[in-house]
Amino acid sequence: MRMDESGRSGLSQIAMMPIHFLMGVLDAPLRWLQRATGINGMAAFFLLPNMMIFGVFVLLPFFINFAYSMTGGTALFLPDRSFVGADQYARLFDCGSYIDPGSCAEDTFWTAVRNTGWFVVLQVTLMILVSLVTALILNRELMARSFWRAVFFFPVLLSPVVVGLIWKWILQRQGLLNFGLYSLGFDPHVWLNDRNWSFAATIGVSIWAHMGFYTLILLAGLQAIPKDLYEAAEMDGTRPARAFWRITLPLLMPNLLVVVVLVLIRAVQIFDEVYVLTGGGPGTSTLYLTQYIYETGFAAQLRNPGLAAAASILMGAVLVVLTLLQLGLGRSEKKGGRK
Amino acid sequence: MTKTKSILAALAVGLLASTSALAGDVRIMWYSDGVEGEVLKELLDRFMKENPGINVILDNVSYSVVREQLPVQLEAGAGPDIARVTNLKAQSQHWLDLRPLVGDAAYWDENFGAQADWMRPDGSNQISGFMTQITLSGGFANKTLFDQAGVAIPGKDATWDDWAKAASEVAQNQQVPFAMALDRSGHRLTGPVLSYGANYIGADGKPAPLDQGSKDFLTKFIGWIEDGTMSKDVWVSAAGSTYRAAADDFINGQLVYYYSGSWQVPNFSTKIGSNFDWVATGSPCGPVNCTGMPGGAGLVAIKYTKNPTEVAKVMDYLAREDIVKEFSERTLFLPAHKGLLAKGLDFKTDDAQAKEALNVFVSATGSLSELAQKLPGWFWSDTFYGAMVTRVSQAAAGEMTADEAFTRIDADIAAKVKDSGL
Repeated sequence: MRMDESGRSGLSQIAMMPIHFLMGVLDAPLRWLQRATGINGMAAFFLLPNMMIFGVFVLLPFFINFAYSMTGGTALFLPDRSFVGADQYARLFDCGSYIDPGSCAEDTFWTAVRNTGWFVVLQVTLMILVSLVTALILNRELMARSFWRAVFFFPVLLSPVVVGLIWKWILQRQGLLNFGLYSLGFDPHVWLNDRNWSFAATIGVSIWAHMGFYTLILLAGLQAIPKDLYEAAEMDGTRPARAFWRITLPLLMPNLLVVVVLVLIRAVQIFDEVYVLTGGGPGTSTLYLTQYIYETGFAAQLRNPGLAAAASILMGAVLVVLTLLQLGLGRSEKKGGRK
Repeated sequence: MTKTKSILAALAVGLLASTSALAGDVRIMWYSDGVEGEVLKELLDRFMKENPGINVILDNVSYSVVREQLPVQLEAGAGPDIARVTNLKAQSQHWLDLRPLVGDAAYWDENFGAQADWMRPDGSNQISGFMTQITLSGGFANKTLFDQAGVAIPGKDATWDDWAKAASEVAQNQQVPFAMALDRSGHRLTGPVLSYGANYIGADGKPAPLDQGSKDFLTKFIGWIEDGTMSKDVWVSAAGSTYRAAADDFINGQLVYYYSGSWQVPNFSTKIGSNFDWVATGSPCGPVNCTGMPGGAGLVAIKYTKNPTEVAKVMDYLAREDIVKEFSERTLFLPAHKGLLAKGLDFKTDDAQAKEALNVFVSATGSLSELAQKLPGWFWSDTFYGAMVTRVSQAAAGEMTADEAFTRIDADIAAKVKDSGL
């Protein structure tokens, strides 16, 4: 195939023709627009489509949701609903003691908050640890390394409903785990009827399902660390543990930060696989905030969209705090990097 | 210019074509407990051959879609044209009045009038649809397990305590995991609760606080879950009021006594086959009566339909005596059609157990209490059921005592009444 001076083939030049043509057509009006609005105006012009999508699908629903949270009744349409001010928030916060959900008017909400809090603390910690260890192992010269990387990433490709069902079949009374235990001579246990085991299962399953994605981010970070740093450390007789704390961890920090915030946000929003696996049970031991919102707004007999909206605004506030935390830490990391 | 005109003309033709295709469409949202979806499909195919201008689309969905998603669609003024629904009264403002549209309103009144009030707004004479089946809650016993254990199946007037004792003895003897199970459903709980003398309806027609009859049975029920007499798996397997059945445990021979309802008969007939013998037992007795709970699924027309005339034609066809007869005989469902019930049915099954079970349920209709017959048409039934299921489950899981659960049930129902603004 003939190549021109810049190395591009004739075929790719043909393929580029429509783009060149389009750019030629747009050139004149865009130049006119730039003259009329200036450079800043052009930036706004190019951002406009994205901002419109963001406005319609994020900002507008947020304001509508906020408006719902200030209304009462069971009607679905906003105009049919009565304005109740902050009553829904007051109802959520009507508690004798926030530590004891039983003392609250909306005890189920506070149970969900408590469960979600514990879930976030335990799941995020374990997820980071497991993902980091896995990334460190997969970064070494292993036999069939690509295969192992695929193995850990594979669950990420599964739908959360499939994840929930797979683990339900494993953990239920006559599931695979009990079959295995029974075959080995151990007593079976009804894992999903046990409050503690059910809670542990939701953490374990969510880690299994998502760790591949976070491992991949950390692995990319590990591979970006220059090898000569380790070689220099080795020549200086640095022990591997010290190399990890002094080289790996500091240089991996930007990736680790991204992973921490993503895992945190995802943990606060946990719903789908848990809903399929335990349905929030036994009792309410695995009832998390998103399920509470769903049940209150959609599944309950005589739905209460106002209360569900108020709960989701509160959950949104937590997510905003987490996002700001990410932005703040990201900025300080950049500043630290520049010094 | 000519090119532009041609494009516009093509667009107009396309739009008209798509509109005319929609004009004759009737969409039905349907859920199945057994084979009724397949039977209905055949019946509708025949209808479409007779009425080539009407295209009936059957959407088979799960029961949870009807319970959780259809109400949201209806509130939004959308949804199918016809739906099979169990929560009939509380959503009656969304049903279409078929009275001016059906061929013979007197036929509907005569044959489906007894349940018409279950599915229309209070005080109206609206024809909203008809019951595709009448159901009755009741028990099933695994006869083979009883026989193998050498324990006699409790008789017709046996109490809940008698059944608990006998089923536990069989479960222990036969080493099966569950002695008894009752579906995770407020409707199912209500039969035994009423047999203990409970009354849900206050003097003003709104929900009354839990009375002693309710508390007595619910306390017993929670105790049975705690001591393992009643299957814990069904009741603690979810939060909120999510429906769970224990039918699979019974079908797999893991359950001695199962309290569910007549709609399970075709399911058991198909899936159990000759694996073991089973019998329907009616409802066990409490101190006051031996009532079960009537109910069933109604086929209702939705008032947001764009094609009310076509909808009425489909409903007229499905409500026809010969069609109801064929549907009931093939699905093994008890029909609501008065004339048909008087003439009798020949259920299409070789399964003697299924035929016998259906007879048991037919005769159990005589034991229904007055309140049991009233509840399907009471606006607040589902509110009551939902609160009971949610809190009884929490008590069964050990999260609260029975008394705390009762306080919460009353508070939850009071909050719902307040939220509704009624």
